[in-house]
Amino acid sequence: MAEPKIKYDRQLRIWGEQGQAALEKASICLLNCGPTGSETLKNLVLGGVGSITVVDGSKVEVGDLGNNFMVDESSIGESKAKCVCSFLQELNDAVKAKFIEEYPQALIETNPSFFSQFTLVVATQLVEDSMIKLDRICREANVKLIFARSYGLTGLVRISVKEHMIIESKPDHFLDDLRLNNPWPELKRFAEGIDLTTADPVAHKHIPYVVILVKMANEWADSHNGRLPSTREEKKEFKELLKSRMIALDEDNYREAVEASFKVFAPQGISQELKQIIDDSAAELHHNSSDFWVMVAALKEFIANEGAGEAPLEGSIPDMTSSTEHYVNLQKIYQAKAEADFLVMEQRVRNHLKKIGRETKMISKQTIRSFCRNARKLKVCRYRLVEDEFNSPVLSELQKYLADEEYIVAVGFYILLRAVDRFAANYNSFPGEFDGEMDEDISRLKTAAVSLLSDLGCNGQTLTEDLISEMCRFGAAELHAVAAFIGGVASQEVIKLITKQFVPMSGTFIFNGIDQKSQLLSL
Amino acid sequence: MAGSTLQASRSRDLDKLLLRPGNLVEPNFEPGPELRDDLREYARVLVVGAGGLGCELLKDLALSGFKNLDVIDMDRIEVTNLNRQFLFRLEDVGKPKAEVAAKRVMERVSGVNIVPHFCRIEDKELDFYSDFNIIVLGLDSIEARSYINAVACSFLEYDSDDNPREETMKPMVDGGTEGFKGHARVIKPGVTPCFECTIWLFPPQVKFPLCTLAETPRTAAHCIEYAHLIKWDEVHSGKSFDPDDPGHMQWVYSEAVKRAELFGIPGVTYSLTQGVVKNIIPAIASTNAIISAACALETLKIATGCSKTLSNYLTYNGVEGLHIKVTEFVRDKDCLVCGPGVLIELDISVTLEKFINMLEEHPRLLLSKASVMHRGKNLYMQAPPVLEEMTRSNLDQLLFDLMGKVPRDVIHVTGMSRKDDKKVSSLMKLRVAFKGVDGVVDMDMAGGA
Repeated sequence: MAEPKIKYDRQLRIWGEQGQAALEKASICLLNCGPTGSETLKNLVLGGVGSITVVDGSKVEVGDLGNNFMVDESSIGESKAKCVCSFLQELNDAVKAKFIEEYPQALIETNPSFFSQFTLVVATQLVEDSMIKLDRICREANVKLIFARSYGLTGLVRISVKEHMIIESKPDHFLDDLRLNNPWPELKRFAEGIDLTTADPVAHKHIPYVVILVKMANEWADSHNGRLPSTREEKKEFKELLKSRMIALDEDNYREAVEASFKVFAPQGISQELKQIIDDSAAELHHNSSDFWVMVAALKEFIANEGAGEAPLEGSIPDMTSSTEHYVNLQKIYQAKAEADFLVMEQRVRNHLKKIGRETKMISKQTIRSFCRNARKLKVCRYRLVEDEFNSPVLSELQKYLADEEYIVAVGFYILLRAVDRFAANYNSFPGEFDGEMDEDISRLKTAAVSLLSDLGCNGQTLTEDLISEMCRFGAAELHAVAAFIGGVASQEVIKLITKQFVPMSGTFIFNGIDQKSQLLSL
Repeated sequence: MAGSTLQASRSRDLDKLLLRPGNLVEPNFEPGPELRDDLREYARVLVVGAGGLGCELLKDLALSGFKNLDVIDMDRIEVTNLNRQFLFRLEDVGKPKAEVAAKRVMERVSGVNIVPHFCRIEDKELDFYSDFNIIVLGLDSIEARSYINAVACSFLEYDSDDNPREETMKPMVDGGTEGFKGHARVIKPGVTPCFECTIWLFPPQVKFPLCTLAETPRTAAHCIEYAHLIKWDEVHSGKSFDPDDPGHMQWVYSEAVKRAELFGIPGVTYSLTQGVVKNIIPAIASTNAIISAACALETLKIATGCSKTLSNYLTYNGVEGLHIKVTEFVRDKDCLVCGPGVLIELDISVTLEKFINMLEEHPRLLLSKASVMHRGKNLYMQAPPVLEEMTRSNLDQLLFDLMGKVPRDVIHVTGMSRKDDKKVSSLMKLRVAFKGVDGVVDMDMAGGA
């Protein structure tokens, strides 16, 4: 193995060569390189992103030495962007690192087209006004954007992307695709070829549970007018029936069959979530439709036709007690069906591409195969414009959070993070930034928070004095541990967005550093 | 302006938290410059592990106002560490992690003093651990967590009403990650559950039955484990398998391929072979950063009271969206490790040697090869040889005499115990009571601890 491959071994086991290739192609722009931004990039540079551009107009001050690992004594008075950039470069020479000594707000105001060269922008420590402007710019240029902010013992992370589609969502727990209650002819035939009543104890205890359940479900249906167990009583009876067919106490295959019997009772057809995706208006194709939606359109037809209500078969089976021969044969049957489904899907994809006037080979076999294998797990994430959320958050959710013990601190911080920006716009400093004015700042911040709540439609609502006072105590401090947390979360979301694997968070993540009860708010 | 002096300070941001009064803080919080200075001067924190979490923890703590840090790790730097252990460079491969990590952080954060310990955690005496105010764990093994937990809990003393004495409590902060998931927890022995109280959170690893490997392999992993666990011993009689020897790994891989071909099983790769044989846990920078940051923040809170403490277990999962959950687990009152200690009733005629033999047969302990310590004094040590020789003469003496003729007291024993069919080094706290001395009666002891 080559050295870079060894170096990345522990992450290749998570997102594979394809995920890594996507990272290595990505160009990331960081706005403001305080600890929050620096820590975000550190995690991405270690993972091997293609290039980074650090944008910050400030010079390193003594105070920065206390919260940012990427600057040291020799940096004082130098460009912060330059110092951070050179430290980051030290971490991984495969990454192209450059810096621009300029204030992000100025770039946003004067040079919006600057951002269109990047795959993704990480915007840290921006105030509301700049967030809104940058969001519009990136949305228009189709550049992924993620906001991160640390503020005392709180902070936020918010993704802003118009649409993010995921084929490989890689969920932790997902019901496997065995079709036990709806076997196709080849699987049925295979099951029929195996005798459950064999007197040979070794053979009996090596019949895979898939075969046991297909046959027993069939037997049950034959004696129940074609119906499968559905009531609790019937399900219990079915399990008893399974147990009654054991001929020895050590038959792991029957134990597994009883444990997996719920797969027989599972509903047929596709999930509600997948139905929503195939019914999405984006699945009505036009010339510029993305590959994902072209495949979704094909999937929709497949489900309605060849699939008879089901998505293409996934094609893999879990490990189970079995003789090697039965297991390998079973694997082949599942793979053959998955391959047949894939071929149908491929034809449908090619037809669609032709119809919308695109090169029919534009989407590779490999991509279509992966799409088929993951068809049941597709995900589509859409994010509101920050401006829309700020002007009209989902009121019912907001009110729910304000009334919920588990959310009250997080939603309080959400409001206060916005209120401090209003405060700063009025008074040119953040509440509690300077020592002498604490009491005055507390009451001013309270006024700002109450008026913000009323603007959002929560008249008469307020936040606890304790939380408001804490926010003033924070005085816009950027604490290293909080910045490292926020930067860690932001970098993980960047990785998910770029590799197009796993599912990025939705809504706004609010860090609660007081008791660690952080929350996602869907507003 | 009042702020101008603050602006010039290195602790500009941290001062906001440590110098100003707060509303949502712990009762012991006393804000002011003294707090900041005491934190620097007196707080001593031990970081256990200088890997993915340890590197982050050292940085985070050094930038959170701590000045006196120690780090202990027995490993050397490998190439596969470099995707996340950001204190290490390619040219550091082969060097001790603890030493390089300490040096790098000290180079960048002036004034911080980090003492590295390149050794096994079991190599240190109890006294070493008792010197720290807080122990922070960045480990990837259950055994190591268990050991440190037992060490920290061993310092805990109970009063006569079986209430823990706060001044003997050694808090721990523990982090762990796997891929996109992780946990951070605060352990205050005697108050919140210790690692053993909630050991069920870490189920033992499932092993394949040998008969599956030998007779009915079905997956690539079965073929690999066959080559690793069965075929290796058949062919290399007496030579033990070394997972770090590429020649050995290559051999297991090619045998696994042969077996897979024989049975028509797909999927054996070199990478999978390494993963299965070495039980590799995937690891990335971002999760380590998140978990370490949470741990460092809790460490700061424990040391200063500057905000509420996590109560007491946080889980993080970034696989599908982002889920953070805080669970308040409760102590196991009968915990062998953080409870008042197993009670052992003895006749005053019991010699130290006889006592050591009793530990091996005690149904709740099953501790073999025990070394015995009392109030910081070694009564008998199995190793190293020089200590063994020095303490050997105690074996014939009465334990009652060795313990200063007190009717009852706590002693510490270390040795090997069995856990899930594995021998592990263990440290246990025992309450020894001598029958018939100073009003101790059998009845009192019947329940045990």
